[in-house]
Amino acid sequence: MFKYLKQLTSLVAVVAVMFAFTTETMAAKKSKTLKNTQKKGFVRCGVSQGLPGFSNADASGNWTGVDVDVCRAVAAAVLGDANKVKFTPLSAKERFTALTSGEIDILSRNTTWTLSRDADIGLTFVGVNFYDGQGFMVRKSSGITSVNQFKNGISACTNIGTTTELNMRDFFNSRGISYEPVAFEKADEVVAAYDNGRCDTYTTDKSGLAAQRTKMKNPDEHIVLPETISKEPLGPVVRQGDSVWEDIVRWSLNTMIEAEEYGITSANADSMKTSENPAIKRLVGAEGELGAAFGLDNEWNLRIIKQVGNYGESYKRNIADTGILPDRGPNQLWTKGGILYVPPAR
Amino acid sequence: MNNTVKKLIPQLITLFAIILVFGFFTYNAQINMDNRGIEFGYGFLKQESSFDVQFSLIEYDGSHSYARAYLVGLLNTLLVSFIGIILSTIIGVIVGIARLSPNYLIKNTAAFYVEFFRNIPLLLQIFFWYFAALRALPLPQDAEAWFGSTYMTIKGYYVPLFVWNNLDVFLYSILAAIISIVIIRSYAKKIQENEGKQLPVLYISLGLLILLPLLSFVIGGVNLEIKTPVLKQLSATGFIFEPALSLPPELIALVLALSLYTATFIAECVRAGIQGVSKGQKEAAASIGLTPRQVLKLVIMPQALRIIIPPTTNQYLNLTKNSSLAAAIAYPDLVLVFAGTALMQTGRAIEIVSITMLTYLSISLSISVLMNWYNKKIAIKEK
Repeated sequence: MFKYLKQLTSLVAVVAVMFAFTTETMAAKKSKTLKNTQKKGFVRCGVSQGLPGFSNADASGNWTGVDVDVCRAVAAAVLGDANKVKFTPLSAKERFTALTSGEIDILSRNTTWTLSRDADIGLTFVGVNFYDGQGFMVRKSSGITSVNQFKNGISACTNIGTTTELNMRDFFNSRGISYEPVAFEKADEVVAAYDNGRCDTYTTDKSGLAAQRTKMKNPDEHIVLPETISKEPLGPVVRQGDSVWEDIVRWSLNTMIEAEEYGITSANADSMKTSENPAIKRLVGAEGELGAAFGLDNEWNLRIIKQVGNYGESYKRNIADTGILPDRGPNQLWTKGGILYVPPAR
Repeated sequence: MNNTVKKLIPQLITLFAIILVFGFFTYNAQINMDNRGIEFGYGFLKQESSFDVQFSLIEYDGSHSYARAYLVGLLNTLLVSFIGIILSTIIGVIVGIARLSPNYLIKNTAAFYVEFFRNIPLLLQIFFWYFAALRALPLPQDAEAWFGSTYMTIKGYYVPLFVWNNLDVFLYSILAAIISIVIIRSYAKKIQENEGKQLPVLYISLGLLILLPLLSFVIGGVNLEIKTPVLKQLSATGFIFEPALSLPPELIALVLALSLYTATFIAECVRAGIQGVSKGQKEAAASIGLTPRQVLKLVIMPQALRIIIPPTTNQYLNLTKNSSLAAAIAYPDLVLVFAGTALMQTGRAIEIVSITMLTYLSISLSISVLMNWYNKKIAIKEK
């Protein structure tokens, strides 16, 4: 009996080491942010302080918008319920600090993806949920119909802490026009100041202009000029250093876009389980083991589509039907002439 | 020996604890920043800022560095604080004295003003003045001239532009005038102490202050050209005035709100100071034949000031710190320009917030030192 003791001990040791290794890799796979989120029971999401169509709270505190839907999709995927989101309204100035300091886990706040933000300050952009560009709004009565009619001395209202401030300078400088920048911390004050006549023009992302126009005293008195002076790919952001969480957010967004591509909607998602097309079956969790890579079950993507809907449904509900931007422009699927093109979920 | 050690030990422990706490915070911040891939350093200050600022006292645009943007913000903060302190002191002194007036109407108007303005949150008052002004003021094309050729409009208060030739000579002449006034004053004091004669110092000073700068125009080659504002059309309904110096409505609203708010507290300090001087002092001074003006200047005020200065210092400090609320209405102060835009563009939160904190601390300490020096100067000199 004692003869085999040595062998037995080594066997136990080897098994123990193997076991330790497997638990170690499992734990590593399950991200810290995911674990914390599941423990808390809600996704912590940073949004704007009120931008209709993107993230806006109604009188009873219900948040809606395409940015909001990204967070809801993540909640549906990791917690099983799209309503388990805690929204934190943030100013442009506060948003990155809130994310890097760990106050929120996703920043979905019409934030432009730029090199310096991605590389420099501890953030990772996971995708684009709205392709935008900076534009100008003026009063109809001014007779201005193009940025070419801007003259020296024009005053422009905008927000601080955004790429808008930088683009504005590039634009006016390249045309040799002197201008007066009036930069506020909050969007509501920008709108109020412009609406009262403090500024000749209001500049921000075109989607923002369209949304804020609805807040003016008389929206019909203002027009958005046709020119676009910059590229503004807006998308959700996460903290650097948790690649699993990053993947979850990225693929939650991608799922919504790909679901539209394959015609899967919140209404028909369940019936798609018996589809002939394996790509569709993968998107509703009826084939493959896509969730395992994130440490999630296999119906994570089905829940996103059922509870939040595909990208087209989200756009229609929040941006088109509210009259903000009925035309999807570049935010149309690549198969329909837009530039929404996501990698395949497989 | 034993006693010294006993006294020293708790102090050393406290010091050690403080170092430990600070060390913990620094270490914690460092670990967290490392984990998130954030680098620490002040090198960004030399980078090009690439954003413009609405209103600046020094030459600045986006091609300058972040350090320069910091300076722009700092100067704008100092400007608002400086004007605010002066205005609030003037209003405060007038209202404080008015509260002691025997006239029923004056007394109660002053009391109403104090109670009204000091009991409304400052941020609300700033918003009120800003948006009330924006609503009430005319567009440039509808504005009527004030005092000849200045225009108060929604886009700012346009005043004529002064174009100086040889401005430095003019400034030197003022400096020379001030120096000679100081010398004459000390000379006059000596004469009074030695011979009992009073020189007309006030008239001499005024004369010098007018005469020397005037001379600089006549023989110093100083030349002032005044360019009056003329309406310029930008679009069918958009106008501005050019060439002109424009005080932005943000600055005006901020100064107004800060001054009116802080003046209420200063008024109370002044009232307390004057009431703190006993009645007997005034009566005694009158009985030795001093005129009412001399009574106020030589007897009441020196004693009242000792009560007024320390609490008023607090109000000056408050005003300076409150000026950071400027960010709400787009006045480009230190918080908006540096702790706002610059912070967002660089993402250097810890660096920029630490610099900003240190700056406010330095401004406040400087005001304190100045006021303490003045307080000591007017304190009772016990011989």
